[in-house]
Amino acid sequence: MGAPRVELRAVSMRYLAQDGETEALAGLEMAVMPGEFVAIVGPSGCGKSTILSLIAGVLRPTAGSVMLDGRPVAGPSRRIGYMLQRDHLFDWRTVEENCLIGPEVQGLNLRAARQRVARLLEQTGLLAFRHAYPDQLSGGMRQRVALVRTLAIDPDILLLDEPFSALDFQTRLGLADEVAAILRAQGKTAVLVTHDIPEAITMADRVLVLTGRPARVQSEHVIRWAGPERPTPFKAREAPEFNPYFQRIWKELQGHEQS
Amino acid sequence: MSSPEHRAYLRRLRLQRVAVLGAQLLLLAVVLLLWEAAADRYWVNPMLTSKPTKVWETLVRLAGTGTLWRHLGVTLQETLVGFAAGLVLGVGTAVALWWWAPLERVLDPYLVVLNALPKVALGPIFYVWLGDRISIYGMAVAISVVVTIVMVEVAFRSVDPAKILLLQTLGATRRQVLQKVVFPASLPTLLAALKVNIGLTLVGVVVGEFIASKAGLGYLIVYGGQVFQMELVMTGVVVLVAISAALYLAVSWLEAVVTRRFHLRPKDA
Repeated sequence: MGAPRVELRAVSMRYLAQDGETEALAGLEMAVMPGEFVAIVGPSGCGKSTILSLIAGVLRPTAGSVMLDGRPVAGPSRRIGYMLQRDHLFDWRTVEENCLIGPEVQGLNLRAARQRVARLLEQTGLLAFRHAYPDQLSGGMRQRVALVRTLAIDPDILLLDEPFSALDFQTRLGLADEVAAILRAQGKTAVLVTHDIPEAITMADRVLVLTGRPARVQSEHVIRWAGPERPTPFKAREAPEFNPYFQRIWKELQGHEQS
Repeated sequence: MSSPEHRAYLRRLRLQRVAVLGAQLLLLAVVLLLWEAAADRYWVNPMLTSKPTKVWETLVRLAGTGTLWRHLGVTLQETLVGFAAGLVLGVGTAVALWWWAPLERVLDPYLVVLNALPKVALGPIFYVWLGDRISIYGMAVAISVVVTIVMVEVAFRSVDPAKILLLQTLGATRRQVLQKVVFPASLPTLLAALKVNIGLTLVGVVVGEFIASKAGLGYLIVYGGQVFQMELVMTGVVVLVAISAALYLAVSWLEAVVTRRFHLRPKDA
């Protein structure tokens, strides 16, 4: 085992507002190894997204430290791609132009970026739509464009904040397969935040269950599948290992809803 | 391709459009005829109302001597320069307020009051400060700039914060956030502001000319009133109607072009 790619040490986060303060995280510890896919599940409103914002460097922790490859995070990093719940495509840009926003902002070589985007669009079956505008696309296609936009800056680390939650069930399963395949093929490190337990189990190598607010890591489940090859998220739902994982995580979360 | 029902529906729509246009033209004709008849038969005093044929004669005469073009040119130039200056100043101020949020918070009540103030009341002040030529531009800018600031500033502030967050996670600078999200997202509002402004600027210019100038359509109208030549006044008004319509159409055309080019959803003013 080498050094973790992402590490949170004793991280606390408190939001201040006029009508009081909210403690989102209290002494949270977690680490993600290079190439690992970690999912975070927890009761709603427990501060899952806060973790991603801290790793992305758009928020600073109240206490504790957030590290990338052993160095403290000081601001947004070019090595991180952040995929949000909604696609937030810009209506006034074509699919290709939307995907190039990252390289544009970071001043990367646009010719290389354009080739890269074309390859990614091809992999996601969107190449024919590169000159289309977002309002001409379905929800699933829009979210795929958002994925390509996230990957266009070639990040080492992907932060996925419930990226499928706005999609219908069918589209969601298909897209989860695609995203998992692309991320694993490119050896990306990924942190997925979701409230969908099956999604977490079937996509991740490891699932972290958070407590209610203020959140800490309550338990950790390393997900293992029998057989020589890892099943796709869709197939994994039918594997015999799936249900026991699901039951355990579900019960843990249930405990919070009652308390 | 289309069914007989669809063709019949399209025919009905076309008929409706023709009927509406016909009614509009008819209304204009009736008003002009009534006006002419009322003056001819002394239902009203023609000294006070003039009449369409006289207005037309005046228009042709003034066009022949070049007087009309001179006044029209002066008013048009003042309007276009005032419009451009109001736009640049208004958008520039809105950008500054977006950039320094504390500035916006401090200035907000003043903007609200300035927005409510009838700007024509400032006319005499501009006349004293800026003289008879420049005060017209002052009036034109004063009347349009505050509306522009307020409209554009509100549009800037209402850009989806998640879109801004998206750019920030990519490491965008403040300038890039403005350039890549805030400005393009506000473009429909900016275009709507232009449509409001072109009319307002014309109001400012004409009021400015009333107070100060030696030329322009506003001057022509005031002069006609002072020497009691109502056909001159009416002619001035008719020409003003024509150029305000032309300017509005020009701005609408610009809006359509920009909307298509940048694939925007148009916004109603």
